[in-house]
Amino acid sequence: MKSRINKPWRTFIPHPSVLVLALVVGLVLLYGVVYPNMHVLTASLERDGAWTLRNYVELLRERAVLEATLSSIWLSVLTVLFCALVGVPLAFLFERYEFPARRIFSILASLPLVLPPLVGTVAFIFLCGESGILARAVQHLFRLRDAPWSLRGWTALLLFHTYTMYPFFYVLTGAGLRRIDASLGEAARSLGARPLRVLFRVVLPQLTPSLLAAALLTSMTSMASFSAPLFFGGGVRVLTLEIFNARQRGDVQLALTETVLLAVISLGALVFFQRYEGTRRFVAAAMKGAPRRRRPIRSGAARFAAATCGVVFTTLLALPVVTLLIVSFARQGSWTTEMLPSAYTVDNYARIFTEEDALSVLFNSLEMACIAALLALAWSLCVASLVSRRGLKGRRVISLLVLVPWALPGTVVAVSIAEAYGQPNPMTGSFILVGTFWILPVIYFLRFMPLVVRAVQASLEQMDPALEEAAAGLGARPLRRFLRVRLPLIWPGALAGTLLAFVIALGEYVASVLVYVPRNRPVSIAIAAEMRDFNLGTAAAYGMLLIALIAVSMTIAARLERVSKA
Amino acid sequence: MSFLSLQNISKRYGATRAVADVSLEVEAGEFFGLLGPSGCGKTTTLRMVAGLETPDDGKIELGGRGITRLPADRRGFGMVFQSYALFPHLNVFENVAFGLRARHIEAVEVTRRVTEALSMVSLSGYERRSVDALSGGQQQRVAIARAISIEPQLLLFDEPLSNLDVALREETRTELRELVKRLKLTALYVTHDQEEAFALCDRISVMSEGSILQTGTPRELYEQPEEVRVARFLGRNNLIEAVRLSATHAEASMFRTTTGGHHLLRVATKVGVNLPLNKPCTLAIRPEHLQLYRKTEPEESAPSGTQSENTLPASISFVSFSGATTTIRLEAAGLSLEALVLQPDGFEPGASVTVRLPPERITILK
Repeated sequence: MKSRINKPWRTFIPHPSVLVLALVVGLVLLYGVVYPNMHVLTASLERDGAWTLRNYVELLRERAVLEATLSSIWLSVLTVLFCALVGVPLAFLFERYEFPARRIFSILASLPLVLPPLVGTVAFIFLCGESGILARAVQHLFRLRDAPWSLRGWTALLLFHTYTMYPFFYVLTGAGLRRIDASLGEAARSLGARPLRVLFRVVLPQLTPSLLAAALLTSMTSMASFSAPLFFGGGVRVLTLEIFNARQRGDVQLALTETVLLAVISLGALVFFQRYEGTRRFVAAAMKGAPRRRRPIRSGAARFAAATCGVVFTTLLALPVVTLLIVSFARQGSWTTEMLPSAYTVDNYARIFTEEDALSVLFNSLEMACIAALLALAWSLCVASLVSRRGLKGRRVISLLVLVPWALPGTVVAVSIAEAYGQPNPMTGSFILVGTFWILPVIYFLRFMPLVVRAVQASLEQMDPALEEAAAGLGARPLRRFLRVRLPLIWPGALAGTLLAFVIALGEYVASVLVYVPRNRPVSIAIAAEMRDFNLGTAAAYGMLLIALIAVSMTIAARLERVSKA
Repeated sequence: MSFLSLQNISKRYGATRAVADVSLEVEAGEFFGLLGPSGCGKTTTLRMVAGLETPDDGKIELGGRGITRLPADRRGFGMVFQSYALFPHLNVFENVAFGLRARHIEAVEVTRRVTEALSMVSLSGYERRSVDALSGGQQQRVAIARAISIEPQLLLFDEPLSNLDVALREETRTELRELVKRLKLTALYVTHDQEEAFALCDRISVMSEGSILQTGTPRELYEQPEEVRVARFLGRNNLIEAVRLSATHAEASMFRTTTGGHHLLRVATKVGVNLPLNKPCTLAIRPEHLQLYRKTEPEESAPSGTQSENTLPASISFVSFSGATTTIRLEAAGLSLEALVLQPDGFEPGASVTVRLPPERITILK
């Protein structure tokens, strides 16, 4: 009896394509996610051919490692705190009040989300560094002999992290606020609750899922942060940097063990937040409710204050990008002790477009990001159609495994792939990925495919399952159902997700720096190299080109998003 | 040999039994209803007929041919969903044409049949509209046109009217029955609305907790419910706990109510169940069948002779006016009864009345 009930291919339309799909998905997950991570784990537990925990004992005895671990965790905690302090009030301001130019500011406020971390780091150095525009301005204003500050250490890291990661809180809190049924607040008010009580007893409890999600994203991004500690971390040791340094020194064993440590901490954060979320129950806001209207700020002074806040804030947000733009036009060597570069030229851009080596890095990045994004799109359609099958065993396992590369810091993904496909072994035969062009597209694919899978799944969830059932009832075979019903309905969302993955892969630095080869040298590596050689203008020009590409892609993605919501 | 036959169908979801051992026979050209509260398994049964779920046990046959495991896209049944499930990326024409295109029918024929289907639901001229631009009632009719365009052997409805407002629902109901009858289609219709099922269906199966309680025509179900659950579900009913007193003959037997101790005579209209003596059972009588007499009325109009059987003195506890009818709640020595009257004059809360339970209107429930 029981065995007859549990045959999944009987619950919907039995089709051999399901088996093929399951095989493909299974193999990719096995070789892309399970095997590399298991390889790193077993390697970290091995010493001279025997199983041992000695690597870990030695690791944790080292002060430097312990310090790096604690720094990473502290940095994450403080980053979450600061980002919440900036992002949550901002979301309330933009969601609850109407004031001049609110829409433009609200869009600009999420800008740092799409800025590649490395480009952001570079722009930050130009703006706030000890020889940056702000420092020079203060120096000139007060006629100081030396730079008024140096951009190093904790302050610099926290400032930069807050700037780049507060949008997680801003965007998710805003979305959460929009979902809350306004009549709940009205009911509370009618029961005699004062506004503050409504905020703490009604609004914030409902916002908890959004806040938790934002805290999770922020802490994981902070944990994975690499370029900021590398360029202006000063004496602050963090785990990502330690892993990189250990590999550069050739201490593979140490790098592996530290990688496992970082992975465990990251996954720990994921489990912690999801557990916490699971212990509370939230009412779905699916019921009909009154949409909340934004309250216009009527008093002249308050209007002025809000608009001023908006302008100041937007300027602050735009400043790094503006700085990058200015520097990208600076003549080489024309910016030493002045506040702004003294001579301007288009040479920096001309150099990128005329020198073959300089141009090829752009094409490398474009090519690899394209490959990774398209692979991710195809892959997501496979995973989504498999996982959306009701009654299929192992759906949860597949969903979980797909998310693993997203939860792991880029450093961990790169190290695990590099180690697992570095030399011939029983799992991979003589297949070696390290040192070939393909290692970066593969890593980009693994790192960013979860974004596309989630986008496709979100689109599928919005789709009424009765649509495909109706198509089946009308006589449409599985292939026709996929092409004529499912694909047209999910493609805007799927494409928007693909573009996002493409954009992030375009400026990827963390993983690239560990495994790139001359043949696939991406633009991020070129930027870092130009910075090292003090070709600030060229580095900035690369950054601006990336930003331009990203801006175009994101505009298209936003259009598509609107189409898919309509 | 019936047209559609379900034989001992069962379906489980994990530990819950959605459908347990359901059997039913639908004749060709019949408008058949599955009626029951939400969660009773009626939609699951319909989905198994549609091929969207596979039964764990049992057989489904169509015209004598087993179709239990045939995929939905090879059954050729038209289905109308509760959410209508119109394809939002296709216009009205393409929605209706979807099933025809899946059959690779040539373009001219597709146009002809879509036009015909749309005219049948009076939506001619709406071909190029986007489905989002239609009202709920129009979307509903597109869904019906789409289902009949493929000339289905069987038409399946999953609560198709529940998203419409009351007035439109009653109007669409009449049109739907006329359309199905005119096209001589066989239909299986799932609903939780008793009035809707009665108005639409030739025969109905009442379902509860995954099984069929009773199958019959609307009048049979309403007037001779066999079970407490059926009596409760189909409109309002006075359920009276009682014990049978005499076994003189099954057609006219005497009962004593558990509360109030009233003696009630029941006259069976058809040969029914013969209950053992002194065993508790449940009697049912519809509120509209209770006869109420005002105490102030002259003697001669009060029941007398054979008419005086089953009369109880009662007092009115509650009066609820709802337009055409008025509901009056009564207390007769602890026994609560509900009566439906057309003329509420003189019935005030607290007033004393005489209530009569006509013996031929009382049914015995299992």
